[in-house]
Amino acid sequence: MTVLLAISDLSKSFRGLRAVQNVGFAVQPGEIFAVIGPNGAGKTTLFNLIAGTLVPDSGTISFCAERIDGLTPDAVCRGGIGRTFQLVRPFLGLTVQDNVMVGALLRRKDVTTAMRRAHEVMRQLDLFDKRALPASALTLPDRKRLEVARALATDPKLLLLDEVMAGLRPTETDRMVEILVDLNRTTGLTILLIEHVMRAVMALARRVLVLHHGAAIAEGEPAAVVRDPAVIESYLGVEAVD
Amino acid sequence: MKMALASMRMHGWILLIAVLAGLLGAPFLASDYLLTVLILILYFAYAGQAWNIMMGFAGQLSLGHALYIGLGAYVAAALYVHYGIVPWVGLVAAVAVAVACGAIIAFLAFRFGVGGVYFAILTIAFAEFARIGFDHFRWVGASSGFFLPVAQYTSNDLWNLRGNPALFYYIMLTLTVAAFLLCRLLLQSRIGYYWQAIREDEEAARALGIDTFRYKMYAVVISAGMTSLAGVFFAFYYNNLFPEQVFHISRSIELILAPIIGGIGTLFGPIIGAFLLTSLAEGLHELLTAFGLDVPGAKQVFYGLCLLAVITLLPDGIWPPLARALRLTSQPSKDRGP
Repeated sequence: MTVLLAISDLSKSFRGLRAVQNVGFAVQPGEIFAVIGPNGAGKTTLFNLIAGTLVPDSGTISFCAERIDGLTPDAVCRGGIGRTFQLVRPFLGLTVQDNVMVGALLRRKDVTTAMRRAHEVMRQLDLFDKRALPASALTLPDRKRLEVARALATDPKLLLLDEVMAGLRPTETDRMVEILVDLNRTTGLTILLIEHVMRAVMALARRVLVLHHGAAIAEGEPAAVVRDPAVIESYLGVEAVD
Repeated sequence: MKMALASMRMHGWILLIAVLAGLLGAPFLASDYLLTVLILILYFAYAGQAWNIMMGFAGQLSLGHALYIGLGAYVAAALYVHYGIVPWVGLVAAVAVAVACGAIIAFLAFRFGVGGVYFAILTIAFAEFARIGFDHFRWVGASSGFFLPVAQYTSNDLWNLRGNPALFYYIMLTLTVAAFLLCRLLLQSRIGYYWQAIREDEEAARALGIDTFRYKMYAVVISAGMTSLAGVFFAFYYNNLFPEQVFHISRSIELILAPIIGGIGTLFGPIIGAFLLTSLAEGLHELLTAFGLDVPGAKQVFYGLCLLAVITLLPDGIWPPLARALRLTSQPSKDRGP
């Protein structure tokens, strides 16, 4: 199987602080891959490097066997990577539908065709009934789903999710997990997520990468990773293990 | 957003058709004075609509739109006076020059990440460059002004744009209606969605694959080209051009009052704003004259008070709450939409 996203030896520093150092991993097509780690571990930096918001100091990022490091965020998205923002950034003055339309128009110039795609995505994310509301009227869980919907409407091959579960109640988390699993199963969408909510990680991810102080300290299946002594010590805490 | 006409109710259509019919018949009923006021209203509605593309749709604040008015006016007037080129041909050159200037300014700003307030200052700077430059530009009269042969009031010559107010009225009405339809079309197509996304959050727009540089360029270029047509009209209607007046910053400010008061980013906002502001200002002037008062600057003070009132009481402008009050639209929740 060919690798969808290949990251090798990636580093990024901010004025001497090594936010990401020599990180490498590969995401296979169709898999759900999670990056976890304590606050300040470099997860969001890693994410922004992939999405083109930041340019790496060294190392390479390949997507579909093509180098994407150094590309602008819009070029990365056109290449087939959709992203969400940790602090959601809906277009507040636009309706839910128009928010999703902006994403859907990327691969469809025609408004009618794009509208069909937008409706489809809004149905998948339980936003259809709220489509006429301005985004500013949405609650946080809805805004998180809108963030996913907008990115999904661009028809990405790879969806980058930056803490979409943060701030959700357990039932809302379960619903989001359900939606993502469903998308992954029915459309074969590959998902790379950064997540703090272990409940979601355990339910979703097939493989997990653990970052600590910018470096990868463990990688593997979720069940194995959470028993890794290094991971327990640096991130989960001893009490996390029964 | 797209609710402008699509979701407009029956009585909204009737109202719109009635207003249009009234505007079409106006020259047969209105006095010459009233007609000049109507021309002024349409002029501000048109120019405001053009400015609204940049600010209201794409979120790029221009405080130097007098530049494009002036360029349009001078290019078309100079070609007419010096070479006898009719305005219908001259306007092509006028639009080309304005578009080129807009493209240069926008390129400099957007390529080097000049945004927000700094972008607005840049637009003022270029308008001021032009004002000072034209003040010394002998070929078009420099600071002593540039004059077109005055129109013969009795006969209309559409080809040379010489004629009575009714001719200019119908031209301005056509321009205003065309600008409205064009803006509506733009808003309902991909470019309109992309502009609004950029206006709301440029970084989020980029993350959705939008080449924000390109779409901001489109906004400036379209807006500049449309605004220059108002300039061509200005030159042939007033027949005299002074850099100190045409390019002055007060002209740029005057231009943006109608869309601000009517509702930034809405299609009807610039029209409602122009109608209210101009008619009230003219009414005030008439009132003061009737009382034998001559207060210089009264209009400016009045504009200031209007702006103050709208910004504090109706921050979205007059049109959105008006549309709701008249029940012209079926989805009152969309605040930003026209």
